[in-house]
Amino acid sequence: MNTTIMLFLVQDGITNGAIYALLGLALVLVFAVTRVILIPQGEFVTYGALTYASLAAGQMPGTAKLALALGIGAFVFDLFVARKALHGRLVVRSLVTNIVLPAIVLALTIYFAAQKPPVAVCIALSLVIVAMIGLYLYRIAFQPLAHTSVLVLLIASVGVHLALQGLGLLFFGAEGQRGPAVLSGSFTAGALRFTGQSITVYGITIAFIIGLWLFFGLTLYGKALRATAVNRLGARLAGIRTTLSGQIAFLLASVIGALSGIMIVPITTLYYDSGFLIGLKGFVAAIIGGLVSYPLTAVAALVVGIVEAFSSFYASNYKEVIVFMLLIPVLLLRSLAAPAVEEEKD
Amino acid sequence: MSALLSVADAHVAYGKVEAVRSVSLEVGANQIVTIVGANGAGKTTLLSAIMGILPLKGRVAFAGQDLSRLDIEDRVAMGLGLVPEHRELFVTMNVEDNLELGAFRIERSKAKASMERVYTLFPRLKERRKQLAGTLSGGEQQMLAMGRALMGEPKLLMLDEPSLGLAPIIVADIFRIVTELRASGVSVLLVEQNAQAALKIADQAYVMELGEFVLSGKASDIAANERVAASYLGFQHEGASVI
Repeated sequence: MNTTIMLFLVQDGITNGAIYALLGLALVLVFAVTRVILIPQGEFVTYGALTYASLAAGQMPGTAKLALALGIGAFVFDLFVARKALHGRLVVRSLVTNIVLPAIVLALTIYFAAQKPPVAVCIALSLVIVAMIGLYLYRIAFQPLAHTSVLVLLIASVGVHLALQGLGLLFFGAEGQRGPAVLSGSFTAGALRFTGQSITVYGITIAFIIGLWLFFGLTLYGKALRATAVNRLGARLAGIRTTLSGQIAFLLASVIGALSGIMIVPITTLYYDSGFLIGLKGFVAAIIGGLVSYPLTAVAALVVGIVEAFSSFYASNYKEVIVFMLLIPVLLLRSLAAPAVEEEKD
Repeated sequence: MSALLSVADAHVAYGKVEAVRSVSLEVGANQIVTIVGANGAGKTTLLSAIMGILPLKGRVAFAGQDLSRLDIEDRVAMGLGLVPEHRELFVTMNVEDNLELGAFRIERSKAKASMERVYTLFPRLKERRKQLAGTLSGGEQQMLAMGRALMGEPKLLMLDEPSLGLAPIIVADIFRIVTELRASGVSVLLVEQNAQAALKIADQAYVMELGEFVLSGKASDIAANERVAASYLGFQHEGASVI
């Protein structure tokens, strides 16, 4: 192999790795705060990507309707839980966040879908739609189970993943889609050619990581999220609602997922079920980070991306296998480093 | 004047085992009330249930409002604070962040003044404000746990075994601060195995045995009670003798 090919592969690996890094960070965040292993992260990716691609092609995405339907479900849950102590403010707040908001977004989507909106509008609408889906899913599927074990939450997570994948087939069909590039054009540096899209990927990933770092380090809500992850009871005693932390975590995860999808879909054709594998690679990175370490996850994601690029060059039939095999030595090392397995306390 | 906290006929159970049976208690404004009793008497269980961590059968009212439908976070917002036995600090965050989060339900503008008050009360915390909570000594962690609870401007602070495992000199400091809190208008419900020290600073006292209150009254009367003297004041743990 010559240097040029190697550089190409590394570049390709870093582009993919950047996206896996974002997804891995979201998985770590959600797990730390809510103990949910977010299998449907991949569906946030496909929903974001295909909503964006549909809108750009002037089609009405079904996800906007799903957001409203889930919002109505979340509203009913809110009312049911608070049925013994209903008061006006609570009902109005729940009505606005769960029904009025998705209804407005649905109306905007219908309006814009008919006239092939500009890229910025497509991105904004896709992000808002998927963010709402993430938020309402937390309310419906995970918040009622918040006190149960990691295993129960995992089963719910698998259920949500399957349901969303099925709905994805219904909304977008079995055909793959591609979206327009966020930034077109390209330039060359030496032997390497950088497309506008890959620059977008690097830029957005770096901006998001810095943004998350600032959010967790400086803002009260960011600190509250960390506090919930460190000590749930301590956070509650400080007056921080676990449900609020869970909502923020799911909101961030769904936005990160959708954004990743929007960044990928101009590069690769995505199908309704493509997200699962992409999410799994973020998951590999998150596992290497022990589901706790953000920096380790980001670095591991780049390694995953690069290993994937090289293995698709040398043994493309086995590229997924090789990537997932990365887990075996890591898990082995981790099990040796921490010989005492602590039972989950509940 | 009605009591700040009133608990009537409270039962708390772990499954079928009743850990607290038919307990009634009142804490007035500007009062230190202590519950003393042996290990396993149900003191911690009672505090957890008052805070909403465990389900409680019976009546609990705080500042005239029924608490039964409110969760932990609502009770915190109403001015009820708990410093649990295990402190439950955010160990990977620094002292200042821990304190800032204690004021999560307070207006941002008030939080600053709150933090200054906590630093005046515990100058040690100010010295260590950039240090991670997990690296503090036991005494400093106890101070931080109390400081974090005070950041929420509680009307009533419940302290669960604040002296447990601490050096006598720090225990004395913590008990001095508890009396200062009363002077500044914060009521305290103090659960202690160190009965002698607790009875010395308290106004009212309850003696708990096997999940029930067996004795209650003015702290000075309880301290003078022969039975209490024999069962609790004779066999205290190490920290007690200094105070």
